[in-house]
Amino acid sequence: MPRILVCVKRVPAPGARITLTADHTAIDVKNLGFTTSPHEECAVEEAIRLVELHGGSATVLTLGPAEAEEQLRYAVSVGVTTAVHVTHPSLVGESDWDPQATAAALAEVIAGIEAADGPFDLILFGNESADAGGFQVGVRVARKLGRPIVNGIKSITLGETAVTAQRESTSGFEVYNLPLPAVLGVKEGLNLPRYPTLPGRLKSKKAPVATSTVEPVAGGLVTENFDNAAELVVQTTMLGTGEAAAPAIVDLIERLGLL
Amino acid sequence: MSTAANNDFPTSAKVVVIGAGVVGNGVVGHLAELGWRDIVQIDKGPLPNPGGSTGHASNFIFPVDHNREMAALNLDSQRQYTEMGVNTECGGIEIARTEERMEELRRRMVSAKNWGIPARLVTPAEIKEMVPFINEEILHGGFYSPTVSVVDSLRAGTIFRERAQALGALQTFANVEVEDLIVEDGRNGAKRIVAVVTDRGRIDAEYVVICVGVWAPKLAAMAGTYIPLTPAVHQMIDVGPIPVLEETGKELGFPIIRDMDTFCYERQSAGSMEVGSYAHRPIFMKAEEIPSIKDSRLSPTELPITMDDFDPQLEQALELMPDILGTAEIKYAINGLLSLTPDAFPLIGPMPDVENLWSCCAVWIKEAPGAARMLAEWMTHGQPEIDPHHSDITRFYEYARNDSHVRARCAEHFQKTYGIVHPREQWASERGVRTAPYHDRTEALGAVYFLAGGMERPHWYESNAGLVEKFGVEGREHEWDARWWSPIINAEHLAMKDSVGMVDLAPFVVFEFDGPGTKDFLQSMTVNSVDVAVGKSIYTPLLDVNGGFRSDLTMLRIAENTYRVMTGAFDGPRDKYWFTSHLPADGSVHFQDLTSSYAVIGLWGPNARNVMQKLTESDVSHQGFPYGTTQEVLFGSIPVRLFRISYVGELGWEIYVQTEHARAVWDKVAAAGQEYGIVPVGAGVYGTTGRLEKGYRLMGSELDGEYTVVEAGLARPKVKSADFIGKAAYLEHREEDPAAILCTLTVEDHMSARDGIKRYMVGDETITTPDGERIVDRKGRVSVVTTAGSGPSYGKFLLLSYLPPALAVEGTDLCVYYMDELYPVKVAVVGSTPIFDPTDARMKS
Amino acid sequence: MSEILALFEHDRGEAAETSYQSLGFARALLAAGVGTSITAVVIGAEADGLAADLAAYGANSVVRVHHRDLTDYAPEAWGEAVAELIAARAPAAVVATGTDRGNEVLAYASAIADVAFAANVTEIRSAAEAHLELTRVRWGGSLLEQSKLIASVFVLSGTAHVFDGDPTPEAVGATAALETYDAVLSETAARTRVTDRVTLSSGITLTTAAVVVSGGRGVGSADGFAPLVDLAGLLGGAVGCSRVVTNNGWRPHSDQVGQTGKRIAPELYIACGISGAIQHWVGMMASKHVLAINTDGEANMVGKAEYAVIGDLHKILPAVSAEIRRRRS
Repeated sequence: MPRILVCVKRVPAPGARITLTADHTAIDVKNLGFTTSPHEECAVEEAIRLVELHGGSATVLTLGPAEAEEQLRYAVSVGVTTAVHVTHPSLVGESDWDPQATAAALAEVIAGIEAADGPFDLILFGNESADAGGFQVGVRVARKLGRPIVNGIKSITLGETAVTAQRESTSGFEVYNLPLPAVLGVKEGLNLPRYPTLPGRLKSKKAPVATSTVEPVAGGLVTENFDNAAELVVQTTMLGTGEAAAPAIVDLIERLGLL
Repeated sequence: MSTAANNDFPTSAKVVVIGAGVVGNGVVGHLAELGWRDIVQIDKGPLPNPGGSTGHASNFIFPVDHNREMAALNLDSQRQYTEMGVNTECGGIEIARTEERMEELRRRMVSAKNWGIPARLVTPAEIKEMVPFINEEILHGGFYSPTVSVVDSLRAGTIFRERAQALGALQTFANVEVEDLIVEDGRNGAKRIVAVVTDRGRIDAEYVVICVGVWAPKLAAMAGTYIPLTPAVHQMIDVGPIPVLEETGKELGFPIIRDMDTFCYERQSAGSMEVGSYAHRPIFMKAEEIPSIKDSRLSPTELPITMDDFDPQLEQALELMPDILGTAEIKYAINGLLSLTPDAFPLIGPMPDVENLWSCCAVWIKEAPGAARMLAEWMTHGQPEIDPHHSDITRFYEYARNDSHVRARCAEHFQKTYGIVHPREQWASERGVRTAPYHDRTEALGAVYFLAGGMERPHWYESNAGLVEKFGVEGREHEWDARWWSPIINAEHLAMKDSVGMVDLAPFVVFEFDGPGTKDFLQSMTVNSVDVAVGKSIYTPLLDVNGGFRSDLTMLRIAENTYRVMTGAFDGPRDKYWFTSHLPADGSVHFQDLTSSYAVIGLWGPNARNVMQKLTESDVSHQGFPYGTTQEVLFGSIPVRLFRISYVGELGWEIYVQTEHARAVWDKVAAAGQEYGIVPVGAGVYGTTGRLEKGYRLMGSELDGEYTVVEAGLARPKVKSADFIGKAAYLEHREEDPAAILCTLTVEDHMSARDGIKRYMVGDETITTPDGERIVDRKGRVSVVTTAGSGPSYGKFLLLSYLPPALAVEGTDLCVYYMDELYPVKVAVVGSTPIFDPTDARMKS
Repeated sequence: MSEILALFEHDRGEAAETSYQSLGFARALLAAGVGTSITAVVIGAEADGLAADLAAYGANSVVRVHHRDLTDYAPEAWGEAVAELIAARAPAAVVATGTDRGNEVLAYASAIADVAFAANVTEIRSAAEAHLELTRVRWGGSLLEQSKLIASVFVLSGTAHVFDGDPTPEAVGATAALETYDAVLSETAARTRVTDRVTLSSGITLTTAAVVVSGGRGVGSADGFAPLVDLAGLLGGAVGCSRVVTNNGWRPHSDQVGQTGKRIAPELYIACGISGAIQHWVGMMASKHVLAINTDGEANMVGKAEYAVIGDLHKILPAVSAEIRRRRS
């Protein structure tokens, strides 16, 4: 029966505009809630579905501040079996480790868990985190563990010795067959994640969360500060009101040569 | 099209209404219907949901409220929503998990009867029949209210705006942010609003109405004033899908459940169940901290839920509806922001310190259209149809107009949203903020303090406990009847009437008017003539334009052009606003609020003159100091003003003393009274037992905007020639037969058939015919107990209530409906004649 | 001499518009003072034919990487191949366009080479020995991050559509030296590869359609999409939607446009009942023209669109379809 691991990241859930602190070194999160990065929410859902289908177990792991326990418990509340929290005193609030440091820490902890409890057949990452968007932690971890990985996955079929995964392309899907154990970077759209039930939420409150601490290795990408992307200013042309505007709309389509 | 995005932005308007939630929309709709034109409405958010509390409201209305004003606003709102076609009746059940709650639900039956709202108590089995997925095993019963409804408040807002637009009265601008409110010097030291500055330009305005809910403190600060509310979190989750709900195919197929004992509600929303909570810790924000629309994930008032706060409610909800809530998913969860005020009433009316700036804030969906109508009528006529006594924003003392007070009180009452609140219940927070100069003396006497205008006022004294046995006072067997009450009150009453008592009246509100225009100004405000000799007093009602009571108070003419005015602690700020907003603009009358300068001690009882004669060398005989007059005298070296008057029906004086002398005077009075066995007497006697036996009317209880001077039995034989506010209406009222007359009733039998013990009413009960039908007068007003209390000297429990003339006949047998049971009562006195000492011989000799 | 290796992306020998942008990015890097020449990297013999053209885009030379496992796309093998080039040639930088494949290959290569990798760079602010000051995008494009990259070789992807993908005037008539590199590759490199393809039956996809008729919360229901589907069909376009629509189950996720859905750039994007949250905007902001249809004249989308019509989409869209049919008949 498969052992599945999902690596998740706690990220803020911003509104229509991302507000920065006055010194531009961080996002102002005073009014923001936090969530699991959307791609990873789908990874959690997929792990639960695979366990529902094949049996086995689903473990969720995060590297993050103390508050990231909220995201671990959320994963438990929707059906994940075990939660592991990797912390370090430097992980406070929105502080983030460089992708190399993050990947090294995750690989070390995963190797430790596997040494104790046996290997994971499948490890799921989000394609990229919603906030930092580094596009590399999953690949780095897979390489350190010596396992294959493909990103951008929107469909997973788990077999005894291999996993079949589909990735979206401009004309359809590419199919990959990876021998197990394997790693996949998944994208939102893989499934529609469930929400917790009331009993699930209550159970997750009492679930044990294993913790471990890892020292960061040096990484080469250092974030200095942030800026909002420039908002473009457009002069909107009003074509009219209600169905009376239909001819004007069709004129526009015709003018653009799209009729 | 409901927006005017492409119109030129106006530079002036008759009235600018800020806010396009259900309240602002209601206000523009009603103002337009009342004839206002050139209305400009702005909101910083988009339409139809600009992102305030309206957008995430649960939108249900449980019309029953113990408070008449709130019930009237609920019912008016339900009527308006119905007329707009956005009111859907679904019924609602308030459920009881405890016997204490069942008793509260019995009390709700009385309120339902008072306001004519259909309701019945239901058994757990009956609840199960209506709501098959409920776990009835944990229930004691419920209060079923079939007219409970759900409304579409966003649609209602649009309809209101469209009505105003159809009348050519309104331009609405969305996405306009207010940057400043401009004030200039107004009359008599007040400020006056003149313009609204927005990010699209300045609008000069004659009137401005703030209808911005949780943002109100921020807007008020722009005008240099204060709106006492705090944005507070109300948590809500949406759980689904639930097949049994989906199968109904309706937004609501089952009654809404209010799980009163867990402070939660369960409201179907199509295929899912909304669970809302008032059980969590109070979570407040500052208006300035509310995120902007762009910074918000959902909306500025739908903040990320702090789920830990909700978890206990999840367990309780699961216990109540295990079958449907056990498998459904939590799809949506918010910390929704709504407005709380220090006393849980809305904030409606004119700002006390900025002319032409009005507030309609802290209004919830259930009362919004009614509140909007109230505000619009008030702006138009000077007085709304529904008496705004509790909602009036001018009701706050200065000490209460700050965030610290607001938060303390809101934190305390937030969890009483579904709580069982005794009518006499006292606040636990913000105590000791206002105290009398001799507070340590009353404290040493074991005073049990109730608040009067925020001031600590002894209600009874534990040091008098021994008098209970002496006078053989009976206790009350039921905990509810005895709560916030003591038999010592009745004992103090009897002791005072036996010899002499002294009463702490420090919370009295004292104004002084002087200047050449004073007499004429006061004549324009009062029903009774103030043109009396210097040294004499005037008792008079103040009326609103419709002839309803605005206040009743006492005045002393202390010099040719100087009057001192004393009014009750509960209405001081409202009365102050009423006077100051009417002061002549020519400066001929000078107003001073002397409340903090004076303390007042009452000295009453058959031995009061003997005590007084020991305190002063002045002549205090009946001839030397007649009833109803005032003199300045010396208590040794200390100057005091004596006023020979009584609210308790005994010989005696009110002693007005400057605060720095007050402690010394307290001690002098106590020492002088010692040989007569003087007792300290609390407000339980002053405000209830003593007053009731004299049939004295109290503003806010017997006297309000809906009854007339004639009906209250306070009309004098003649009407003064001077004109005054409400005179025209008053003259009409004198001409017509009264629709109701205020009567004193006696309770003939206290024994409860259900409880097997004696029960004692607390006020607000329904007076019924002997067969339990409520009594409605020809103006549609219901006979309700305005005051209930002991008559220790008379020997019976007394009720005051208005009755239609046919029933206002001495000896008529009626009933009082208390806790879902009927008790026999008899009409003892019709009109204002005291039931005890009807000739007033005790106090006037 | 130090070179910049620019991965030239292709699919079985077919280049895409974004493929050429890696060379534009390389030129920007060169201009910022990193390296002295550009070497295009074309992986797999099936793409050999693309090599000759690349001089026009600024490539001074082209390395064609060959191996029997380098047929069709195989991320691990591609990544190893790039890592081998890093080891063999010690370039100043390795760049790609920040596409799914570009980021994936560079992630592999940087992991193997154990160097840092900065994805989705928009600007090189300054360069020094082993130290680059750069700007990259976060939050799917709604936030810019200024960061520094400290590495012996700079591994960078350039945000798609930010850098020039056209031939460069300075290179008119230039030719590039063609080299061939025979990759070694590990024995396991071939385990991650495209083994099959599922082609969607419809010829028009959301990402390729010239017209996208897209719906948001204002559509109201799954059935409410009927007029959108009709209009899209008439125009030979595709139907798109916002995240709330997929969350409500009204449309499949494959129709979703936005930060967590598809990034598209049609000629005309018709946004119906879409308020215009930034998460949606980043998915369609590359559209050439935007028409917003909304009941709320103050909606974000209306303010940002080039054209707008205020009103009920359920009335307007059928009228538009009827008008099109009338004109065509």
